[in-house]
Amino acid sequence: MNNRVLQFSFKYGAILFIGIVLLFFSLYNEYFLTYNNLADILRSISIVTFVAIGVTISLTVDGFDLSVGSTVSLATVLSATMMVWYEMPLAVVIIVPLVFGAIVGLINAFLIVKVRIPDLLATLAVMYIVSGVHKTYTKGYSIYSNMQMQDGTKAPGAISKQFLWIGQGKLLGVPFPVILMVIAVIAAHLFFKYTRLGRQMIMMGGNEEAARLSGLRVKRVRTIAYVASGVLAAIGGILFTARVGNGQVDAGAPMLMEAVAAVFVGYSVFGAGRPNIIGTFIGAILIGVLVNGMTMMNVEYYTTDIIKGAVLVLALAVTFIHLNRRKN
Amino acid sequence: MGQSEQPARLLQMSGIGKSFAGVAALKNVDFELRGGEIHALLGANGAGKSTLMKILSGAYEGDEGTVAIDGETLLVRSPADAKKNGIHCVYQEVDTSLVQHLSVAENIMLDRLASSEGSAWIAWGKLNEEAARVLGRLGLRIDVNRAVADLTLAEKQLVLIARLFAQEAKFVILDEPTAPLSLEEADRLFGLMDGLKKAGIGIVFISHRLPEVFRVSDRITVMRDGGVVMNEPAGATNAGEVIRAMLGKSFEEEYPKLPAVIGGPLLETKGLAAGRRVRGVDLTVSSGEIVAVVGLVGAGKTELSRLLFGADVAESGTMTLGSKNILPRSPAEAVEAGIVLVPEERRKEGILVRESVLHNLSLPILKSLSRLGIISGPKEKRHAADTIARLGIKTHRAETATAFLSGGNQQKVAIGKWTSTDAKIFVFDEPTKGVDIGAKRDIFRIIGELAQQGKGILYLTCEFAEALGLADRILVLCDGEIVRSFDRGEATQEDLLYYASAGKEEMA
Repeated sequence: MNNRVLQFSFKYGAILFIGIVLLFFSLYNEYFLTYNNLADILRSISIVTFVAIGVTISLTVDGFDLSVGSTVSLATVLSATMMVWYEMPLAVVIIVPLVFGAIVGLINAFLIVKVRIPDLLATLAVMYIVSGVHKTYTKGYSIYSNMQMQDGTKAPGAISKQFLWIGQGKLLGVPFPVILMVIAVIAAHLFFKYTRLGRQMIMMGGNEEAARLSGLRVKRVRTIAYVASGVLAAIGGILFTARVGNGQVDAGAPMLMEAVAAVFVGYSVFGAGRPNIIGTFIGAILIGVLVNGMTMMNVEYYTTDIIKGAVLVLALAVTFIHLNRRKN
Repeated sequence: MGQSEQPARLLQMSGIGKSFAGVAALKNVDFELRGGEIHALLGANGAGKSTLMKILSGAYEGDEGTVAIDGETLLVRSPADAKKNGIHCVYQEVDTSLVQHLSVAENIMLDRLASSEGSAWIAWGKLNEEAARVLGRLGLRIDVNRAVADLTLAEKQLVLIARLFAQEAKFVILDEPTAPLSLEEADRLFGLMDGLKKAGIGIVFISHRLPEVFRVSDRITVMRDGGVVMNEPAGATNAGEVIRAMLGKSFEEEYPKLPAVIGGPLLETKGLAAGRRVRGVDLTVSSGEIVAVVGLVGAGKTELSRLLFGADVAESGTMTLGSKNILPRSPAEAVEAGIVLVPEERRKEGILVRESVLHNLSLPILKSLSRLGIISGPKEKRHAADTIARLGIKTHRAETATAFLSGGNQQKVAIGKWTSTDAKIFVFDEPTKGVDIGAKRDIFRIIGELAQQGKGILYLTCEFAEALGLADRILVLCDGEIVRSFDRGEATQEDLLYYASAGKEEMA
């Protein structure tokens, strides 16, 4: 009996919880369940979903990428400065942050695969370094159109309209970032289900030694996973700049925890018991709904951290109680 | 420690039954052990003796049957329950049971140190004195102040047994204690066992070496296929009878060898070496040939197999496959060259237990199952269904996680994942370990068929009977070197044992 309750809570707990939260907020505020607000929720989670897909990939290969938050920050200021400082065309504004995201992934992979530092510690160190790099690059200032430079002159460029459309525009009434997010979620899901590389990542996460002894090139697969994680975080950063219209310092700092919470809520969705894309998406929705609802209830933004943390603890508790029982 | 004054105790296991994943490992087994008796428990691998002993020591729970001491039924649900009743087990891996950086005395008196009762202060003088007295009573001379980490394997074993004595054990299970020991070290162990016996302790002695069994035991029980087939006083039987009881049929009758045409040499190694365990191995495997490499535990078989497969990288030596020079630096390179390994640690290395049979079987050949990086679902399913049928893997569905399969069927998955690759050399490391008889027959058939297809087979095992029955050629590995080669029909079990352990004697 007890066992079945636990099984049920593991499988459907997250879904049920979202349902309860939705019900609660819609009863509390009639505006909550309107199309505009729901679209708003989805738009607000689009950024963290990209980051969370990256975290899902690194967790799938039994790694853990802690550096995604500061990679978001780096990509944010890079895309903003490309426009504001250097007046670059749109393609460069997008490609440069992606390249740097990939480089962060390569550095992580080098430390983990070649130097053999444990994933958590290597990416923790890289997190610090990247965070320092992005602040050094902007000398600690946020980047906005025609900003005041240190030498007293004004910066030549501005955040372009086209670029802003990426974060704020709509296509057929649907916010463009939401469309991007849905495409990314579907693509990532198909990637894990139907591609060779995706399958290899899953197998490697199950037991790296057994995968290696099956002839898998585990170092290569792990490297690709971290590069993907870095690039996805960079996409998150670009979207962030496009959404708020400037390049804030430390924009990505809260992203790490939100992404990790999303992934671990997703761990248990439908009883998967492992990182999975659909679960991560549902986890991201849960967090988005919570934040949105609490904002409506005028909960202060710093207080929402307590709730988000509590959700993470709950998700971890359900997941690990279940995993430990299965082991026995 | 007044065991010697008490009357001999009687431990009875009756009607014990146990199955794993629907496969019966023990069927209605009765076993009796008297205080002051050395009772040998024999049987081929998979006969059920270790399962029986694990039930006695509380590591497993039996499905049926009772355990009683002096007529009083016990509830043995955990190793702690067993210990409370004076039943102790010494496993082969002595290192896990001792605290390496503590002294011999501390290890012997560990229970007292770990207990929450008594004085909070340690009286070192008294502790060492008592430990020395325990060793003295057992006729052992080991300095109690030495750190356990500095002792030899044999000495650690003795310390571990002395600790059982200090813990007032009444019944002791020794699970293949002599396997890693030299003859001289084994002699010391037998002296110690004699001491325990005189103190009224009952000993279950598990060993594969028949001469020593007849030398030390009072009574012999032989198990086969999960049941007891023989229970006699040691004096009333002989080695021939015991072997016949263990095997039932001879190996040849049980597992007939499939005829295969032996072609030209495929794999050749020269001076292959790494670390202390593999010290210059030369061997050749021809197409269609089954070459067995036999050796005792610790001879370097697993290490050798890992070098051949690139799981570890050889420090020196050469390897040629066909006419190409290869020395694989990773398993991926070995697979590409055409060498595959079915490793000994099946659940940790051979298969991914959480993944489905389907995904396990397709892992090494994902490339040929996919186009432009996208896996073809139908192709993958067809391949899995094919392999499952061909190898006789018993599973409800291909999508079942391999964790739910029996050991034998897991092993077939570990083999099956390679059979669709174009590997030329199959290396098997103890493939029948923990596998039931039916699956064992299937595994030998699969290996025979691979040989018929012209693959070269390298079969590493410590089961001499398997090597004698299966192989076209037997190489004896001792301390990381091939010390002898026999053609089919040239050697007996005794020859193999002699050469497998002789090298060790010279070293000592």
